[in-house]
Amino acid sequence: MTFSQETEARFERLLSSYPEGRHRAALIPMLMYAQDEVGLVTQELKEEVARRCGVTPLQVDEVVGYYTMLRSKPMGKTHLQICTNISCLLRGGDKLWDQACHKLGIGHNEVTADGAVSLEEVECIGACSWAPAIQVNYDFRHNVTPDQLDKLMDQLRGAQ
Amino acid sequence: MLYNPPHPAETKILTRRFGLPNSESLDTYLANDGYKAFLKATGMTSEQIVDEVKISNLRGRGGAGFPAGMKWSFVPRQSPKPKYIVVNADESEPGTCKDRVLMENDPHQLIEGVLIAGKVIDAHRGWIYIRGEYRYLIDIMDRAIDEAYKNGYLGRNIRGTGFDFELSTHTGAGAYECGEESALLESLEGKRGIPRIRPPFPAVSGAFQCPTILNNVETFCAVPSIILHGGQKFADVGVPKAGGTRLLCLSGHINTPGVYEIPLGFPMMRAINELGGGMLGGRKLKAVVPGGSSCPILKAEECDINMDYDSMAKAKTMLGSGGMVVLDETTDMVQFALRIMRFYQHESCGWCIPCREGTLWLRKLLTRLNQGIGTSDDISMVRELAGNMLGRTFCPLGDAAAMPTISIVEKFRDEFEARLARPASSRMPAPGDLVSIA
Repeated sequence: MTFSQETEARFERLLSSYPEGRHRAALIPMLMYAQDEVGLVTQELKEEVARRCGVTPLQVDEVVGYYTMLRSKPMGKTHLQICTNISCLLRGGDKLWDQACHKLGIGHNEVTADGAVSLEEVECIGACSWAPAIQVNYDFRHNVTPDQLDKLMDQLRGAQ
Repeated sequence: MLYNPPHPAETKILTRRFGLPNSESLDTYLANDGYKAFLKATGMTSEQIVDEVKISNLRGRGGAGFPAGMKWSFVPRQSPKPKYIVVNADESEPGTCKDRVLMENDPHQLIEGVLIAGKVIDAHRGWIYIRGEYRYLIDIMDRAIDEAYKNGYLGRNIRGTGFDFELSTHTGAGAYECGEESALLESLEGKRGIPRIRPPFPAVSGAFQCPTILNNVETFCAVPSIILHGGQKFADVGVPKAGGTRLLCLSGHINTPGVYEIPLGFPMMRAINELGGGMLGGRKLKAVVPGGSSCPILKAEECDINMDYDSMAKAKTMLGSGGMVVLDETTDMVQFALRIMRFYQHESCGWCIPCREGTLWLRKLLTRLNQGIGTSDDISMVRELAGNMLGRTFCPLGDAAAMPTISIVEKFRDEFEARLARPASSRMPAPGDLVSIA
């Protein structure tokens, strides 16, 4: 399995960043960067990363099963994450969540039928002073109003 | 860039470069005292550096508040093993968003703090463990690290001082538990983030079982100023036993939320009324979560206190991570308690039974109470269950879930009772919402 030049360069740098014989340390970052390119952690990807980090596929499974951001199922083209933790809750994050579920017709960790958008209710994303906040893939959006969210969802669905 | 305009009540030390043009660049950093502290530190002995940090009364800013100088002095410098520096940038305590602005606006300040810590214990390698959701900050830190390498502030023989140091970022992948230092080290080694039994502490056996200094981003960021201007100057800003400033993340029902740098001992009501611009819509203050969701909550009448470690301990709560969440009179405390428990139940790593089972049962009980279908005994059960979790887990996550829950149930029990007292017709849940307690 090969990756883009940029990702390969990242892997090379990763593997040289840890003490001699401790390549397993690169496992989680490598899975994250690979997932960004592939879209999800596939069986083929698990085996490839296991080989590169010198671990067994079972050790990769252990990690994939633990970390929320590592996904074994395909997500939408755009992954919409809405924070409903306390600071966002006080500023209407829970209402944004209901609004998104209703408009997209999907729930937590589900994908729209056309594959355009997936939705996730996330725990605190560290945007408390700019609540309510959401993440569109890796991009933060702060002080989000219901109107802004509505327009964003129209855009994401229209972009198909 | 993510920062709020300076407020006159702030004391800007760590955030003093925020707002300068290209504040994240090496050029701006160098033009504003950048790397001078490191160069000064290369002319000092390890003992001298640790002494300055001890004099500064700098305490860990991640939440536990352990004196940084003392932590550094626990590292066995004579050990033949390599020594490492690890930065905890896994900021995930609900209410906390300060490490984010520190890395975004002034990444070189963090690198310089790491270099000085490296000099103290003769470490030549370090990692910045950044939560996965902060991908753009990983890019910012990577760019700053590259810039530092290119200009001789990282790598071999840094600026001709003979000191070598390699630094890289390391991404997490979505796990609150990895903000706990020993779970972070497990994660750094490519494993599930479960806590290690201590002792040995990371100072003796940390990253890759080698002596390690592990501190929060903000703690490292305070170090350059301490070394450059002396520990005493930093200590003088704060109160006895807790020196300097800290970043307060204000959120919730206030007019001007933001991240503000204030001296230790700053009055809480001034934070709400001056920095926070008062309560949203002129409504009444109900309660404050003083330092992240794991801290016991304070009722409005308990908020007339100074924000330092001792005053907070006297009020039976903590300064925590600096995430101060302000709640007004409209807040539904039962829903609030449930949201906190949903978080801890989701994030419990499952290693210790009191935490894994306790958070799950508390979530079920609080869900029922929130729907108004529990009994008065359930309220007492929440208090008792949470009490039984305290101090019975490997890491503080069990306590973090229990402490706010106990305080909310004790201080706002009337709201839980009132929820149960509503007429049956208004509290009949839809069949799908019924939560089985078994």
